[in-house]
Amino acid sequence: MEIDLSQFHEVFFEESFEGLDVMEQELLDLEEDTDLENVNTIFRAAHSIKGGSATFNFNQVAEFTHVLETLLDEMRDGSRQITREIIDLLLKSVDCLRGMLHKLQDGEEVSNDYQELVAYFNELLTGSPDNKNNESSSGAVAEGQTAATLGSNSWKLSFEPESYILQTGNEPLRMFKELTGLGGLRPMVDVSKVPSFEDLDPENCYLSWQLELDTEESEHAIREVFEWVEDDCKLSLQKLGAENAGVSQSSNEVEPASSTVEQAAKVESAPQAISPEAAVDKATDKKLVAIPKAKTPPPKKSNTTASIRVGIDKVDTLIDLVGELVITQSMLGELGDNFDMTKVEQLISGLRELEANTRELQESVMRIRMLPIGFVFNRLPRMVRDLSAQLSKKIDLIIKGEDTELDKTVMEQIGDPLTHLVRNALDHGVESVEKRLAAGKSETGTVTLEAYHQGGNIIIEIKDDGAGIDPDIIKAKAVEKGLISEGVDVPREQIIGMIMEPGFSTAAVVSDVSGRGVGMDVVKRNINNLGGTVDISSELGKGTTFTIRLPLTLAILDGQLVRAADQIYVIPLASIVESIPLSGIQLTRIAGDMPVYKNDGEYIPIVDLCEEFEIETERQTVNEGLIAIVEGENRKIAVKIDELLGQQQVVIKSLESHYKSLQGLSGATILGDGRVSLILDIVGLSRRSSERANKLRNEVA
Amino acid sequence: MTSELEGVFAEQNQNLTALNMDVGDEDKGTQFLSFDVGGEEFAVNILSVQEIRGWENPTFLPNSPFFIKGVLNLRGTIVPVMDLRTRFKFKKASYLDTTVIIILKVIESEKERLMGCVVDGVSDVFNMEESEISEVPEYGSGVDSRFTAGVMTVDDNAVTLLELSKLLSLDLIEHPYTGVSNG
Repeated sequence: MEIDLSQFHEVFFEESFEGLDVMEQELLDLEEDTDLENVNTIFRAAHSIKGGSATFNFNQVAEFTHVLETLLDEMRDGSRQITREIIDLLLKSVDCLRGMLHKLQDGEEVSNDYQELVAYFNELLTGSPDNKNNESSSGAVAEGQTAATLGSNSWKLSFEPESYILQTGNEPLRMFKELTGLGGLRPMVDVSKVPSFEDLDPENCYLSWQLELDTEESEHAIREVFEWVEDDCKLSLQKLGAENAGVSQSSNEVEPASSTVEQAAKVESAPQAISPEAAVDKATDKKLVAIPKAKTPPPKKSNTTASIRVGIDKVDTLIDLVGELVITQSMLGELGDNFDMTKVEQLISGLRELEANTRELQESVMRIRMLPIGFVFNRLPRMVRDLSAQLSKKIDLIIKGEDTELDKTVMEQIGDPLTHLVRNALDHGVESVEKRLAAGKSETGTVTLEAYHQGGNIIIEIKDDGAGIDPDIIKAKAVEKGLISEGVDVPREQIIGMIMEPGFSTAAVVSDVSGRGVGMDVVKRNINNLGGTVDISSELGKGTTFTIRLPLTLAILDGQLVRAADQIYVIPLASIVESIPLSGIQLTRIAGDMPVYKNDGEYIPIVDLCEEFEIETERQTVNEGLIAIVEGENRKIAVKIDELLGQQQVVIKSLESHYKSLQGLSGATILGDGRVSLILDIVGLSRRSSERANKLRNEVA
Repeated sequence: MTSELEGVFAEQNQNLTALNMDVGDEDKGTQFLSFDVGGEEFAVNILSVQEIRGWENPTFLPNSPFFIKGVLNLRGTIVPVMDLRTRFKFKKASYLDTTVIIILKVIESEKERLMGCVVDGVSDVFNMEESEISEVPEYGSGVDSRFTAGVMTVDDNAVTLLELSKLLSLDLIEHPYTGVSNG
């Protein structure tokens, strides 16, 4: 009897990716502090991947993880020192494994790239370098020369890889080596697209090639070399007809082309070259360089369904609710068995309960879509580590508020803009060590990433303590570009905001300024598409803060239900400082009849919700009700309400989808009884009430 | 409350089914739904009707203009409700058993938007050719002329066709403190 294992593939992939994430995280921790427990965790993760892949006959993965495991075992024994090189190597292996698994997941064949890593591992493990690999490149060239001397067909190839080709785990150099195996190769490299160094993304390939190949092989054989990159490049193949290829020419030109590739790859490997404790000799170092970075390939159309991991507490809530539902249903069923008119009341109450249950169930299901933003944040430390080493800057990444919940869809789309902003902060925000010391700052720069809920929005802040943006330079450029006219006084914020204008994002302009702006318009557009905004505040010499504000269309809020007249409102629990019954306090009136509450020496203006919202109600005596002191954006107001009701989590719904947004309200929610309740936006409320007070005063005057 | 509502629904449904049977064989022209607002007949294209609900008190919206009754929960989405009686400046606006909220939809800048409209009752579903619709005579009336698209004669009674793109347009609803995004 055969069991169809393919049904378990998805689970295996998911677990493996998770395991790889764990490995990556632990490796980064390991770098800071050597702890045996970290090694154990990494080992366990690698071991499960090995076991799983062997079960499913993914032999290449199993083979690779086996070698990995051997090294980890030595680390665990303590017989191998944990060095930065080893961690680098392991991180690369994680990338490589991820690439392999992605390929398997998409039902593709795994390329043999990993063999180089395996060879390197073996070398490390046995201590004797394996020379075969070192010589392979020169050997291939020599072979190519002999092949080319034979009279053969000449082909003209134009090969233009997409910029992300290196990230897909493909390396043009390798393909060229393979081509030289077919015959004499005369490559010409086109470097016209390589940007200036500041804008160079080390993970991108900016090169394209014109190749001439003399070979006896068929077109099919040539195409086969490019088989893995077919979708990721522009390739054209043209037969030039039989001719005798110039041997000397071929061997001359292979060199420059391949060295360019190596140079491009070297940028990536900069940390190793710079790293003072480089214990590995240059030869092996270089070989590592040639290993392509197998990052997550660009999202392809995949038939696998996305899945989501949910906290057990959320599932438990769901189970409880379903339990309730079943009880209500059986109660109603019993009622229906022998129904008479005396039981109408019972029926109605049962139906109402059913309604409430169903609604609650629906809301709980919605909550499942909410994930902590940590899922996005977690992939950044690795990037910061690699990039800061590469830029030879010292940077600390501080992450706060990673538990802030965000809708999955929003989160998936915020990942890229966020990565871009952090990258920018590292690249252009934080200065080099020398500059920092010269400016009297500490050697290590800090990039802070913080997420929190505020006023019905999710705020994500990316803050660096770097050089800041000079508004004068931006302004000069804007004038030059004709975005603003000379001599016009434009507010500072507006000027800085211009770096996100599409016109400003061209590399040439911005690299003169500070380098910022590459793709900033894309970041802004992506965030705007999510219904959010980006604000920049920057102080020259002190740093820059990007504030992303995203609406909580689907987000959940801890709310305090309050009653004003016959209306029920929701106040975000986080904004409530305290609530005090009106009977127990002294109201003061200051500055022309403005009612205030005096608290520890500060005067807090009182906003009567009924008055502010023009709710029709019978006037009550002044002493009834209570005030809730709420705070938003460092401004306190006291909201006068009639009663505090319960607290509950509410799902925020937008008013804008069918109506307009109203100042002072961040949205609406649906209460247990099916009625709509409005959610107060404290910041908006305090702003509008002070505006209203001003207007009233002017009218009186 | 629930039983009352159910009664209303049943009645409305019966009306609608009966009406549908009436017009079953007349499939020429466009189908309209007519309803009673303050004793006058108005009509809308039936394709813009999302559903009809019994009257329930919506949640009050702060500082709303007099004809915006508030918002209600339509299976999880928040839909505003306007009272056509007060919008059309009719004096009497009482809430009886026949009072219903017609949920109408309009496409505005490629987005579908819903709005509930309170009317005194649903009257009829009928077919009418475009050519049978005449222009509204121009003279002052309580109903803003922008909201009317034409007049039709159904069984010797005048029925005013409403211009929903204007009637439901948010730009024509002046609600204080709107359009200001948070922060």
